[in-house]
Amino acid sequence: MIEIQNLTKKYGQVVAVNNISFDVKKGEILGFLGPNGAGKSTTMNIITGYLPSTSGTVKVDGYDILTHPDEVKKRIGYLPEAPPLYRDMTVTEFLRFVSDLKYVPKKKQKGQMADIMELVGLTDHRKRLVGNLSKGYRQRVGLAQALVGNPEVLILDEPTVGLDPKQIIEIRRVIKALSQERTIILSSHILPEVSAICERIVIINKGVIAAEDTPDRLSQGVGQVLKLNLTINGPVKEVISAVRKIDGVTYMDTTGKAPDGGNRFILEGVSNDIKEKLFYAMAENGWPLTEIKPSIMTLEDIFISVVTKGQEVR
Amino acid sequence: MFTVAKKEISTYFKSPIAYVLIGLFMLMISVLFYTPFSIGSGDFLPVMDSMGFFLIFLIPILTMRILAEDRKNGTEVLLLTSPTSLTKIVVGKFLAMYFIFFVITLLSLIYPLIMVAYGAAFTVQLAGAYIGFLLLGAAFISVGVFASALTENQIISAIISFVAMLAFWLAGTFAAEIGGNVAKFLNWISLTSRYDVFTRGLLGLPEIAYFVFFTILFIFLTVRVIERRRWVQG
Repeated sequence: MIEIQNLTKKYGQVVAVNNISFDVKKGEILGFLGPNGAGKSTTMNIITGYLPSTSGTVKVDGYDILTHPDEVKKRIGYLPEAPPLYRDMTVTEFLRFVSDLKYVPKKKQKGQMADIMELVGLTDHRKRLVGNLSKGYRQRVGLAQALVGNPEVLILDEPTVGLDPKQIIEIRRVIKALSQERTIILSSHILPEVSAICERIVIINKGVIAAEDTPDRLSQGVGQVLKLNLTINGPVKEVISAVRKIDGVTYMDTTGKAPDGGNRFILEGVSNDIKEKLFYAMAENGWPLTEIKPSIMTLEDIFISVVTKGQEVR
Repeated sequence: MFTVAKKEISTYFKSPIAYVLIGLFMLMISVLFYTPFSIGSGDFLPVMDSMGFFLIFLIPILTMRILAEDRKNGTEVLLLTSPTSLTKIVVGKFLAMYFIFFVITLLSLIYPLIMVAYGAAFTVQLAGAYIGFLLLGAAFISVGVFASALTENQIISAIISFVAMLAFWLAGTFAAEIGGNVAKFLNWISLTSRYDVFTRGLLGLPEIAYFVFFTILFIFLTVRVIERRRWVQG
């Protein structure tokens, strides 16, 4: 549905987006992840035709944004980072204006607007001035605006920024519901959000793609190493030397005392039967093993490791 | 095109801007109108001349926000990523401005009509002068819209359009001082010299053509400036 090839954008000497390529399949939700200033918004502005690229191509449904901008724009609903709203219009007036801009036939407008307002939860606020709405509701108007015209593709730039937790959950629910018939690109610098909604993630940093995969495979990729947090009631030195003798253990050290007695350790290894061997080894020595907690690499860890090391994880 | 125009018109009439501008202009004309009226002259044409000059102050205030505000508020993104073309958007904005100017022009007709009520004739010259006034307004508004596309700061936009209009207005005055071929050129570009033709009661075809060309040129330049800015600064 969306094909991006060798896309580069320079602002004068500054390279904001450097030769990135990725595809989004029809019906997919793609998470576009990166720290502030990584080039997320720039990329989105180019896909939607707001900014021209320096080089590279963007195709939506087979249409090139540079040669067929109107065909592309018809297919895209865009929620930019700052929702484009006219504060002096009521919600209904604003959505009608957007409907006209997007050439929604007059006859269909009323029904479509009602559906959209119901979906994003604006029905009770339809007669209020946009400027008088709270930030969360303005964000909803921004989302509603993107949905006008029933576009096949939604580009959402940080859709939940500035919302309270309850609203975030609600907006996520709306996006999930929308994803059944649409192709969505969603940017964020909040990781749980992306892992909660998206099927595939592209991590971008300093204008280049740092990683691209499903949330699960991304966590596995980095987390091949088994990492365990242990609490053992035994003498530190002896425990460490005993554990290090176990096959497959690559790292073992203490991290301090546990509050309920015993010592905490951290263990890294490569094989999965370490846990069993560990149990028997400790039992032999009479050191009660009171806690084994696998430490899973969260998206947070992946993100930080990818972004700080700049290493490729695939 | 009309979508944008309709929206802008309603914005102006929902905010105090339209009313303040209409009120201001009516006040100015009233003061001017007092002069011929007090001396018992039935000639409204000299007032028309000054009305043209007042547009130099009025139009920049009218047009300063028309594009600058969209850029500042980020609503430009909505307009530019919609399937409506940039030309249609700019023309729509121009039409909205022109509509408000047209309302002002209609209201100003009250004064010549008062004269008519007191026995003066509504002359062909006066009708011609009004056509000239409408053309002058179009030219000035196109300059104002253009200036609004140059910056996201409304005050700067107003100043640019004010200076530009003043230059076009004064070109004719300077021409009289300089003389020669330069004068010919200045008279040619001057909007005043051409507007004077109308207020003298003549309907000049080259003048009409010039005003129309002038307006279209500045609308075209506005579109180009917005396009160019997207490519250059991104």
